[in-house]
Amino acid sequence: MRKISYAAAIVEALRTSLAEDPRVSLVGSYVLGLGPKRVLMDPIRAEFPDRIYDPPTSEAAIVSLGAGAAMAGARPFVDIGTASFSYVGWSPLVNEAAVAHHMSNGAVRVPVVYHMLHGLRGGGAAQHSHSPQAMLWNAAGLEIVLPSSPYDVKGLIRSAIKSDNPTVFVNHARLMDIEGDVPEEDYAIPFGRGDIKRKGRDVTLIATSYIVQTALAAAETLAGEGIEIEVVDPRTLVPLDRDLLLQSVGRTGRLVVADETNLSCGIASELSAIVAEHGFRSLRAPIMRVARPNVPTPFSQPLEQAITPTSDKICDAVRKIMTWS
Amino acid sequence: MTALDRRTSLSIFQRMLMIRHFEEAVIELFKQGRFVSHYHIYIGQEATGGAVLEALGENDLICTTHRNHGHIIGRGCDPNRAMAEILGRATGFNGGRGGTLHISDPAHGFLSTSAVVGGCSGLATGAAYGLKVRRQPHVAVGFFGDGALEEGLVIESFNIAALWKLPVVYVCENNSAGAAGPQQGGYPTAITATDSFTRLPAAYGIHCVKVDGTDMNAVHGAATDAVHRCRNGDGPVFIEAFTVRWPGSSPLWPELATATDLPSAWDATRIAGPHADWLRGHDPLLRAARELAAAGHATADELLARDKDARVRIAAATKFAIDSPMPRPETVGDHVFA
Repeated sequence: MRKISYAAAIVEALRTSLAEDPRVSLVGSYVLGLGPKRVLMDPIRAEFPDRIYDPPTSEAAIVSLGAGAAMAGARPFVDIGTASFSYVGWSPLVNEAAVAHHMSNGAVRVPVVYHMLHGLRGGGAAQHSHSPQAMLWNAAGLEIVLPSSPYDVKGLIRSAIKSDNPTVFVNHARLMDIEGDVPEEDYAIPFGRGDIKRKGRDVTLIATSYIVQTALAAAETLAGEGIEIEVVDPRTLVPLDRDLLLQSVGRTGRLVVADETNLSCGIASELSAIVAEHGFRSLRAPIMRVARPNVPTPFSQPLEQAITPTSDKICDAVRKIMTWS
Repeated sequence: MTALDRRTSLSIFQRMLMIRHFEEAVIELFKQGRFVSHYHIYIGQEATGGAVLEALGENDLICTTHRNHGHIIGRGCDPNRAMAEILGRATGFNGGRGGTLHISDPAHGFLSTSAVVGGCSGLATGAAYGLKVRRQPHVAVGFFGDGALEEGLVIESFNIAALWKLPVVYVCENNSAGAAGPQQGGYPTAITATDSFTRLPAAYGIHCVKVDGTDMNAVHGAATDAVHRCRNGDGPVFIEAFTVRWPGSSPLWPELATATDLPSAWDATRIAGPHADWLRGHDPLLRAARELAAAGHATADELLARDKDARVRIAAATKFAIDSPMPRPETVGDHVFA
């Protein structure tokens, strides 16, 4: 199959969506970040000049604008850029977009996509490294998408833009250069359907976003030690494919959750709680979380590495529960 | 400014009457303990809402702020369902999930009531963006109070609307004049270093107009011109409508008995009491009635007949709301997602 980069897969999905539906528009066109891959957006800018608007640096206003445009029947794809800046737009995100459908008793729909780049990117320090998806999970009414591969990002963007709900599309700058198999034809990946990225019998390793790549590296290392890891990627947090997670733990009896959000009230915490509550009988060892400690992200690389969920840390957690008795 | 014709001025007056009696009924229902919440009353601003909404077409879009009852009723949305929403009933516009602070009726272009100060300005700007990108010839209107100009989101939205020439009319209802303010135990008033709110949108090149918000002629003229500019692709307009704060909003909970006495519009001897100055000089409903009679658009009897009809209509809405069922608790999880 054809191999293309994660960034190119994003562009392909955006182009198809823009061509297919005149209600779709981009508010902000630096979806791929400001790195070298940004030029991949140039053909789209040329093809749809009247549906691509680059806004001022006004996160609150563009989040609000996206919600209002969606209420009016448009389907905006709003790029917030670095996820840390989404906090500037928090009120319209959680107070308007997330709640409008419910507080109107279903009369109002808000089919907007908010795109952002989260996570530890290398030197991002405390104000460019946030992963707000766990906080957003705490705000009822938002769909949350976390792709981890070029194949997934293409199909998930297609579903996000078609969704009638406000969708937070959380990408990771470190994924942009990854190459993978991506069919040329159009396809959509339905929300709420996770994916087993690697099969294994000994330990279930749930990971999201870029950490899925880290988890696959850890699984490779552990395979050399005779430990077979099943890497499970929920792909969307809301809706969540709970059955897939519980079925995997039902087969393996052991669970490690690895994620970049903070340890307290983070994604690893919530997924662990779900498995503890609904899959307790399957568990043969305590659940381990590999997440970001509750420390503001430091700049210097040894310090940043110290809080990063790395392959080594995941391997250590797996070894620990393999010997638990 | 040319005076309004008979049909238009009576239509605005009708909207104003419905708003006034609706709000008086809401106050009464709260006094009876029929709903739990804080709420915001539109009395004193009816000429602004009535005249702006008169100037809109059926496909235009509206986003508003916490002082929203006047806009939903002035738009002509069903008062039964509006009152039922305020009482948290299943038959309300939003099934009781929105309440007084979040009424919406998208079937009539009424997209949202955002109770976050200034929140509706961003939504209205977005609605205008949605119209523009979909090439629809309609306009979006955002109603907010003067306090909204203290919010950064509002200023950011001005910038975007001006940059992209969006068809949005910002209606700033400045009701701070005459307000008691927090020191006197009343509602908050504007806290700002500017001596004129229009300086803010004007800095982005937005066309600005100041009008007397109790003068339906002036408001309708400004709103008609604003809508025309937007439809013409000339970009956003900011209207600042000044009203003197209804004394019933001070102290914090409306306690003034406001059984509006329409004949006092033409018989000033009927006005007495501590709020006589406001009723004589600043009550937009009495002013409109006086002007309609003076212009020969309606006789006193005709106006009184309309007043009576409006009371009957609102009484029916009140009865509908009280008689309506509460939402069932087991439906609480409905409508989180489409």
